[in-house]
Amino acid sequence: MTDTTTKAPERVEEQGKRSLGALLRATEIDTRLLGMVVALLVIWVGFHVLSGGTFLTARNLWNLSVQTSAVAIMATGMVLVIVSRNIDLSVGSMLAVVGMTMALLQAEILPDLLGFDHWAIWVISLAVGLVLGALIGGFQGFIVAYVGVPSFIVTLGGLLVWRGVAWAMASGRTIAPMDATFQLLGGGSRGSIGETWSWIVGGVAVVAIVVLLTNRRRQRNKYGFRLRPMWAEVGLGAVACLAVLGAVWVINSYPMPARLAQQYAEERGIVWPEGGLIIPLGIAVPVMLGLVVALVMTFIATRRSFGRYVFAIGGNPEAAELGGIKTRWTVVKTFALMGVLVALAAAVQTARLNAAVSGLGQLSELYVIAAAVIGGTSLAGGVGTIAGAVLGALVMQSLQSGMVLMGIDAPLQDIVVGVVLVVAVAIDSFYRRRST
Amino acid sequence: MAQVVEERTPLVEMRNMRVAFGGVHAVEGVTVDLFPGEVVALVGGNGAGKTTLIKTLSGAHPADSGEIRIEGKPVTIANPRDAKVYGIETIYQTLALADNVDATANMFLGRELKTRWGSLDEAAMEDATRKIMGRLNPKFLNFKTAVNSLSGGQRQSVAIARAVHFNARILIMDEPTAALGPAETAQVAELIKQLKAEGIGIFLISHDIHDVFDLADRISVMLQGKLVGTVNKTDVTMDEVLGMIIIGKLPHEVSQTELEKLH
Repeated sequence: MTDTTTKAPERVEEQGKRSLGALLRATEIDTRLLGMVVALLVIWVGFHVLSGGTFLTARNLWNLSVQTSAVAIMATGMVLVIVSRNIDLSVGSMLAVVGMTMALLQAEILPDLLGFDHWAIWVISLAVGLVLGALIGGFQGFIVAYVGVPSFIVTLGGLLVWRGVAWAMASGRTIAPMDATFQLLGGGSRGSIGETWSWIVGGVAVVAIVVLLTNRRRQRNKYGFRLRPMWAEVGLGAVACLAVLGAVWVINSYPMPARLAQQYAEERGIVWPEGGLIIPLGIAVPVMLGLVVALVMTFIATRRSFGRYVFAIGGNPEAAELGGIKTRWTVVKTFALMGVLVALAAAVQTARLNAAVSGLGQLSELYVIAAAVIGGTSLAGGVGTIAGAVLGALVMQSLQSGMVLMGIDAPLQDIVVGVVLVVAVAIDSFYRRRST
Repeated sequence: MAQVVEERTPLVEMRNMRVAFGGVHAVEGVTVDLFPGEVVALVGGNGAGKTTLIKTLSGAHPADSGEIRIEGKPVTIANPRDAKVYGIETIYQTLALADNVDATANMFLGRELKTRWGSLDEAAMEDATRKIMGRLNPKFLNFKTAVNSLSGGQRQSVAIARAVHFNARILIMDEPTAALGPAETAQVAELIKQLKAEGIGIFLISHDIHDVFDLADRISVMLQGKLVGTVNKTDVTMDEVLGMIIIGKLPHEVSQTELEKLH
């Protein structure tokens, strides 16, 4: 074959059309995601105005980031579960069982064996939690894939079973306190990485963005594929880098409360001046965890064959099987992965509460599913993005924390969240119908 | 049967194949074979069992009994992965494409190219897809859109490209031209002749008797799950094959009265 036949028409760049749509197309941005970012900004500005200027403050945004992390971590896994045409209703109850297990281990079992405050306590607790999450998730996935019970039923059963197990594990007691190191996962008073490290993380992210964009361009160039126009490439990189640095700047503008700062200064032998000290907290550990999870999950979903299989199964299960994919085993793996993410979220939640109660994670399955769906995941399967789910989680949490700031009653909050969920999906399906 | 005695080992032998769905015998004791560089057409009315028979070879549906030999060696084909190991590729009537992903992803579904870090090598896969599509359907340019937004002909090209890309030795084509216009049908016919010349054995299922006579070397006729017979194309006329399809008897067995009923 001759190369010219396939490449010549691709090389032609659309000239003349300089409308907004053409500009967007040149950058190859996902317009759905862009729409979500715009919606989020509208919500933020709206609440800022309505709440009398308390929403867009470093303090509130810092809190928002911490509150979003647990749901966001689980939502990234829920995307893959829903994309494969399944659902997991058991995540909230699973979270309680895993959280309770980790709490019992570090508050009651391990201190007896290893001694109080042993360094390995948090490592063992977390590891056991992750394995348990994978096992519970994988077990449910096995029933779905190999026994053939619909996932809605299996995980509805799981919702009841695991909630009951969580209660039985401690007869309804509250298990506390958590190991000191483990508590950092919750982003409490000490669970942040500090100003300097936050800037370092931001710097690494900027370098990574530049490397990824250049690498992609080099790869496509090697095969002679169509490239983004240079202005789009540079503009996109610049916007992404500025967004990262801006986020770090906002987070770093939130200082420790005076009492904590004083303690911090005393521990490090810093003299406490008259006017007090401004010591930024930096990015909270659960937020860092959430960011890492989102990146890893994006990589898994788009750059690993496992992720590709999950999408293929969602698009056409029969075709996936005929293509030679081990579809059943792939489904088991998605549920096991969901379980691992639930365990991470359980660690964040118990660490943040500094306790485990049997009601832990109640209703979080609904928030997680809502986050994934608001983020553009289709319940029909085959469609969804990790970034969308994280944005969806942020939208849900923004609504809630915004209404709290405005002093809206809890029942009305639920009504608003419910309406937003339905409206968001309605807009999305309208958009989808028009585009195909 | 007017069958030449072959000295060579057949590429594929399917002996006494049986498949039942509940109490219904979809395929009942069918024996067919295929030689390298040969096209064997499987014809018969709707529900004759052609697709079911061929699914036992492609691994899509297991046979209840019967023996499959590849180059003389008995093999077990329990799933599509087994079939691919023996170099059997299939173009299904339904195309079996994952509609929500692009042509490149469909091309390499289950056999992705990886970078040395184990991640998907998108650029290399897109390049290979562009090359093969350049050969099969030069007008095809939508490498980045989900295949559900492509036309029937384009989707068919993707399915065909996938089957021929991985050096198949045995190709199963179930109504490969059903969704195609005249120009594209001619292209597929050309492709079949080319693959044949490369020594690939092809099972062709088709409703179009003209296509069959144009492309096949031998014709196996099925009726109600049973094999009516296998004939060399040069030994029969189209009317005789039609007679086999409808009456279920070989040309020399058909009586004059039965023939008259047909007309």
